[in-house]
Amino acid sequence: MPIIMGYLPIGFAFGILATTAGLSIYGALAMSIFVFAGSAQLISVGMIAAGAGIAAITVTVFLVNLRHMLMSAYLAPYLGRLTPLQQALFSYEITDESFAVHSAFFRVNGTPPAPELFALNASAHLAWVAGTLIGAWIGGRLTFDIDAYGIDYALPAMFIALLVMQVEHRRHVVIAVLAAAIGLALYLIGLTQAYIILATVIAATVGTFFAPEEKRGADSDLAQ
Amino acid sequence: MGMTEAAILIALMTLVTYLPRVLPVLLLSRRTLPAPVERWLSFVPVAVLSALLAPALFAPSGALDLSFDSNPVFWVSIPVFLIAIKTKNLFITVIAGMVMIALYRLLLL
Repeated sequence: MPIIMGYLPIGFAFGILATTAGLSIYGALAMSIFVFAGSAQLISVGMIAAGAGIAAITVTVFLVNLRHMLMSAYLAPYLGRLTPLQQALFSYEITDESFAVHSAFFRVNGTPPAPELFALNASAHLAWVAGTLIGAWIGGRLTFDIDAYGIDYALPAMFIALLVMQVEHRRHVVIAVLAAAIGLALYLIGLTQAYIILATVIAATVGTFFAPEEKRGADSDLAQ
Repeated sequence: MGMTEAAILIALMTLVTYLPRVLPVLLLSRRTLPAPVERWLSFVPVAVLSALLAPALFAPSGALDLSFDSNPVFWVSIPVFLIAIKTKNLFITVIAGMVMIALYRLLLL
């Protein structure tokens, strides 16, 4: 439920921005159905509006979404019971939000049965498409200053909530701060596409080698 | 952007988005990963979300900016963090954040 409420306003914002950038309502819908990647879709319509070419947009989207490779690797051990077809379908729906929800749930409760997994993914995807449809419909009809309504803040607010929900130990806080500092520094020196994956790899590596193990018994994510 | 161009772009975007999502699951799900790799992956959720978020909070227009007037996102995010820690609720956090940023812009700018 929370993931649906998080998706609707962002899908809505995407719909407005996409039609404002010159994509048709069908184009905006097709992108939300087939690509299903929040920030990459928002970046791509920004680039379309700025007149960028197909090759440049594709490369950017690839770099922006490369972080899902790390998420997919993280989720993989929990998905061993699924058939390859189920795995392929599940992977289609790995987004920052579904990853945050699934990973938090898997770690505590293990993998739920396939119908539950797919129900969450399908409702998230549906909310994303529905939000896009409403936004594109409105965006095609009136000019809309989304900043004035705080809609642009839905994405940062959602990531704040999901980040907080992932923190289980003090060392998670340390690694989060480190990743933020590295990510910000890389972003500011101009690595505006690669900063997420670079900062994640560096921070996770530092965490693996330097973050002290918590005392035995206090460590729920290693106690399985 | 024309229909054909848009269709080609969406097809390419679908491909470059799907491959990184599906390959690790298909390749890794039936193996036991070495302990250091598992430990490394355990840091991925916090690291990736935090790295994703930092520029949006500290440098929303591309340069470091903590000014009251030009970066309301940074200042609103402080109470939003507290709300998230307190409620651990995605919906409440997002709605509270959107209302606060709208009020901030309306009343303080």
